[in-house]
Amino acid sequence: MFNVLIIGATSAIAEATARHYAARGARLFLVARNSDRLTDIVADLRVRGATDVGQATLDVNSLDAHTGVLDQAWHLLQKVDVVLIAHGTLPDQGACETSVETALAEFTTNGTSTIALMTALAQRLEAQRNGTLVVISSVAGDRGRQSNYLYGAAKAAVSTFASGLRQRLAKAGVNVLTIKPGFVDTPMTHAFRKGALWATPDAVARGIVRAAERGRSVAYLPWFWQPIMLIIRHIPEFIFKRLKL
Amino acid sequence: MSADGQSWGRYPRVNQTMVDLSDRHRLLPDVNGSLLPYGNGRSYGDSCLNEGNTLLRTRALDHFLAFDPATGVLECEGGVLLSHILDLVVPQGWFVPVTPGTRFVTVGGAIANDVHGKNHHHAGNFGRHVLEFELLRSDGSRLVCGPNADHEWFAATIGGLGLTGMITRARIQLRRIAGPWMSTEVHRFGNLAGFFRLSEQSDRDYEYTVAWIDCLATGQKLGRGLFTRANHAPAHPDRRPIAPAGRLRIPFTPPVSLINRLTLRGFNTLYYHRQRSPVVHKTTHYLPQFYPLDGIGDWNRIYGPRGFMQYQCVVPPTEAERHIAQLLKLIAASGSGSFLAVLKQFGNLVSPGMLSFPRPGTTLALDFPNQGARTLALLNRLDDVVAAAGGAVYPAKDARMSGAHFRQYFPAWESFRPFVDPHFSSSFWRRVME
Repeated sequence: MFNVLIIGATSAIAEATARHYAARGARLFLVARNSDRLTDIVADLRVRGATDVGQATLDVNSLDAHTGVLDQAWHLLQKVDVVLIAHGTLPDQGACETSVETALAEFTTNGTSTIALMTALAQRLEAQRNGTLVVISSVAGDRGRQSNYLYGAAKAAVSTFASGLRQRLAKAGVNVLTIKPGFVDTPMTHAFRKGALWATPDAVARGIVRAAERGRSVAYLPWFWQPIMLIIRHIPEFIFKRLKL
Repeated sequence: MSADGQSWGRYPRVNQTMVDLSDRHRLLPDVNGSLLPYGNGRSYGDSCLNEGNTLLRTRALDHFLAFDPATGVLECEGGVLLSHILDLVVPQGWFVPVTPGTRFVTVGGAIANDVHGKNHHHAGNFGRHVLEFELLRSDGSRLVCGPNADHEWFAATIGGLGLTGMITRARIQLRRIAGPWMSTEVHRFGNLAGFFRLSEQSDRDYEYTVAWIDCLATGQKLGRGLFTRANHAPAHPDRRPIAPAGRLRIPFTPPVSLINRLTLRGFNTLYYHRQRSPVVHKTTHYLPQFYPLDGIGDWNRIYGPRGFMQYQCVVPPTEAERHIAQLLKLIAASGSGSFLAVLKQFGNLVSPGMLSFPRPGTTLALDFPNQGARTLALLNRLDDVVAAAGGAVYPAKDARMSGAHFRQYFPAWESFRPFVDPHFSSSFWRRVME
């Protein structure tokens, strides 16, 4: 039995990924904040072929509640082959600039809560001596840009944390996979005008499943973001400062 | 929110606000102006448009809620595509009870337009196979409608063009099949009488019947074409062709329509003579059988930037042949029309929908490249024939019929009107209610 735990299961990318695993008959445990939508997704994955689907509601910012939910997940799944951490928000950068409270709250949602979950999950996966921990970071974490550097900073923390964790868990036979999606057409980005660089959640989901299978460390999805970010990372500051981005 | 949303005919072009719905448990958005649900945009004219107002995109409401492989009862959200249903249920021995010529329509859209297919003479409309749905109104109320519960709302919503509220979820009865294969026969016929003869011979024993006709043929050859009749094949057919893999795509819109008098005559003559013998038997996969055009992505682009208009009408059985001949003569004389001309006999099964289009008789459907006033004038002449014959024109494909004609074709419009949600409207509805 292939067992999958998904945190932030109502996000478009997470749901598309869950459908791929369900179609293969996997057993899943889904964690999300909105229980009505979560219940629909559970029903949907059952119809699509999942062997069994468990669910729990969690506000990831209630750090105290993490352990209880992970216990439930391990109780149903026994052993977990893939964990996907996919929750997140797209903060309003302007609001983060004027309100310290908003900035820190958004950092907690997109950075701190993920680090807390990864810490707890690392212990369990290390004990299993097996499994893949997939975390959705972002190309935005590769370099701070004025348009969304709060989000970028949180994702940079996640990427850096994942890099260190990957090194540590490699010895235990556990892979940590950092996913760096570019623009994805989801409810989170509904306010943006879409162009050629935009990918569908399903395309990103297929990339996630493939990267996990191949034991990749970092995957830019779609792939072309890797060269794009390579360039963006290497633009000298004296030029970067003058760019809009 | 983004400004987009088109109908399949790419005519008319209008501006409207798009709102994506992603949670059926929430209330409908509170906006200025009116709302209209928008599924996959496969209605041809303006029945899926709401100029200057808001469209509610339902494609993210794509969850299956329950499926019982023992009974074939499927429950899903309104934004699920028939293609998604087929992918799920065909390997488990089930098929959609009724399907239009494209599988890329949502369940909500199939109900709202009460779509029909090549099995109309056996199965009737899509609405006959709907066991239940939930209707979300702009005031936040939710009506669970079925043939027995809240049946007035059920009748108003089936074929109700999305005007009675949002279909959040539906339960439908699927049809048993042995496998994905079809046994088909294609008969060439030399004129309109040949079509009616073949239809009469086939309707009892063949679940699916439809004819392609050469809309440019005249005189003795008026109404010539190819008649296809098919059944789902038994479990172990002689051949097991696989589904066509690649999906072609029209990558861009050509500056002018590729369908014109010259290309059309060539296409039609070649197609009519494509089989050497008058009858060809074959086993096919269901995909090319039901959805030949779904194999070509964005095929509507071939009509160029001005788009096209589809015209589908039905004329009653009495003197059907004479009326269809009249229509074909008008079309052939105009030299317009398209490769995609289809003729079919509807059956007698009544739909539960108040505004449902199909009714006993013969239906003719074809595309016309949009040539402005010329095209509109031709379609008005066709409407005069259809109206005089006591027939009707299909709102899902219409962008131009007059309000007077609509009200004549659909006399139930008056009893339907009270069911329209006070915050819902469409370009089509405003046009025909003028």
